[in-house]
Amino acid sequence: MKTIYERPRVFTDAITTYCGGCGHGIVNKLIAELIDEMGLQRNGIIVWPIGCSCLADKFFDMDQIMALHGRAPATATGIKRAEPDKFVLVYQGDGDMVSEGMAEIMHAAIRGEKFSVIFINNAIYGMTGGQVAPTTLMGQKATTAPMGREAVNSGYPINMAETLATLQGVCYAERVTVTSPQNVMKTKKAIKKAFDLQLAGKGMTFVEVLSPCPTNWGMQPKKALEWIDDVMVQQYPLGVFKDEEGEGA
Amino acid sequence: MSEKVFMQGNMAMAESAIRAGCKLFFGYPITPSSEVAEYFARVMFSRPEEGITFIQAETEVAAFNMIAGAVAAGHRAMTATSGPGYSLGQEAMSFMSCADLPAVVLDIMRPGPGDGDIMAGQSDYYQLTRGGGHGDYRNLILAPYTVEEGCQLMQEAFVLAEKYHNPVVVASDGNLAKLRESVELPGRLEVPDPETQYNVLSGFDPAVREKHVFLTGMNGVAEVIMINERLQKKFRAIAENEVRYERYQCEDADIVLVAYGSLARVCISAMKQAREEGIKVGMIRPITLWPYPEQAFADLNGKKFLCCELSAGQMIDDVKLAVENKHDVYLFSRWGSILPSPKEVLADIRKLNEVK
Repeated sequence: MKTIYERPRVFTDAITTYCGGCGHGIVNKLIAELIDEMGLQRNGIIVWPIGCSCLADKFFDMDQIMALHGRAPATATGIKRAEPDKFVLVYQGDGDMVSEGMAEIMHAAIRGEKFSVIFINNAIYGMTGGQVAPTTLMGQKATTAPMGREAVNSGYPINMAETLATLQGVCYAERVTVTSPQNVMKTKKAIKKAFDLQLAGKGMTFVEVLSPCPTNWGMQPKKALEWIDDVMVQQYPLGVFKDEEGEGA
Repeated sequence: MSEKVFMQGNMAMAESAIRAGCKLFFGYPITPSSEVAEYFARVMFSRPEEGITFIQAETEVAAFNMIAGAVAAGHRAMTATSGPGYSLGQEAMSFMSCADLPAVVLDIMRPGPGDGDIMAGQSDYYQLTRGGGHGDYRNLILAPYTVEEGCQLMQEAFVLAEKYHNPVVVASDGNLAKLRESVELPGRLEVPDPETQYNVLSGFDPAVREKHVFLTGMNGVAEVIMINERLQKKFRAIAENEVRYERYQCEDADIVLVAYGSLARVCISAMKQAREEGIKVGMIRPITLWPYPEQAFADLNGKKFLCCELSAGQMIDDVKLAVENKHDVYLFSRWGSILPSPKEVLADIRKLNEVK
């Protein structure tokens, strides 16, 4: 019998710690498939953040480091500068990257650090239980914005993929989501491109994934996917914001 | 291949670090440490054979975390900073101690608190030895009193960090940093192959070894106990093996000075002058600020201790602990910026000599 689908080999036997309907697990699986398909296990290092994915090292048979909250791009800078030929993946959520670690991600991008960054944007703090994030939509309820996000207290959402695309050090920036099989395949394609460009030594590659958080959004998983497609994409449009592959950057 | 040169403290220590095999420097400019960063930046271009990587980080926060990444990848890496910058690095010092990461930091102390002054001080003693960061951790702190000793300790810092899998700080000060003096530069150290370093992140080949993970997160009481007990064992080993100090003429002394860093040089002069006047003065010079050389005090019963510091008195806590509050401990305190003269210390020695 021909095997047409199997669990990625780089995955351990550990059971997921993500909530039902969470997008992290889908993206973790896409990363694992690409590590297998591209043969990155023996040459790759993953830098994990603090947040819901801070137990993800348990899922991967890879060399890994769990960075301090927000500092993953700085830690990855040290690794990649010490070992430029290694494949380095940085994985961050919105609280970790956009709030605690805004300086680290921006300056790693400014310097054009040649690693790949996967950014999980679920517009809320997951692990700490649903507080307002810099990416929370206007009017979206959070435990620290009980009446919904208001500009007077929390300012306005920031679009990371578009922002990083303005920086010369970034060679590829795309926003994707995981709300349908088609979108999952597009996400895999985007991550593969980010990995390919890193291996070609082009510059920082950045993939933002709009990811459901049914638990902290207070929605059924299916409703959460619809909310991304109907509401979240209005603030965070999907698409490629920078692709310098063809320009020999 | 040592050689005698006339060199500024910061530059001599940077050169010593390079000869120790430090390949990566991540730093943020701060007076009085910036010459260290500038030295690495110059050598990166002027001596390409050294294979130096220099990055001027956006903050000390980032610089310290960059070291974490570089040493996790098996390479010798360091930063140099001063009080306010070290404060920002404390989060990473806690992290690196917990993660067994052999980082090396050169802290050029200046007066604080707040923005502080840019000259010499010793106001970082608490944050170096107690840890301003969170949790139960310790870092090995080496305090030189000459540029030459600073160069030796700078090199040893890398070896000790790798031996114990823990950060090591060389605690210099603004005087030693800016001082130009004659120094025997140390030779080159043997540098381990990155692939052979403890827990190195180099890519996981299941056919060759276990996977390597640097993890400081603790999930439940079992992990809290397991990780902390492992750390305490490491700190005990450092405390048992690495205490360093010098003692000068303590045996017959009535008064024992306690001083480290550049102020120790002033105190040695004051001690000699006091002896010429017939006052029996000795001195203890801690070289490791943590672990503190309590042994140096063990046989000095019945003496008066004068702890001399360029701060409001921080090390004096450790002196009192070392003498178990059985003996009188006095404080000579200056705020730093200007190094006091031996005469000022001598004046206190004379007063203390009158105390019955």
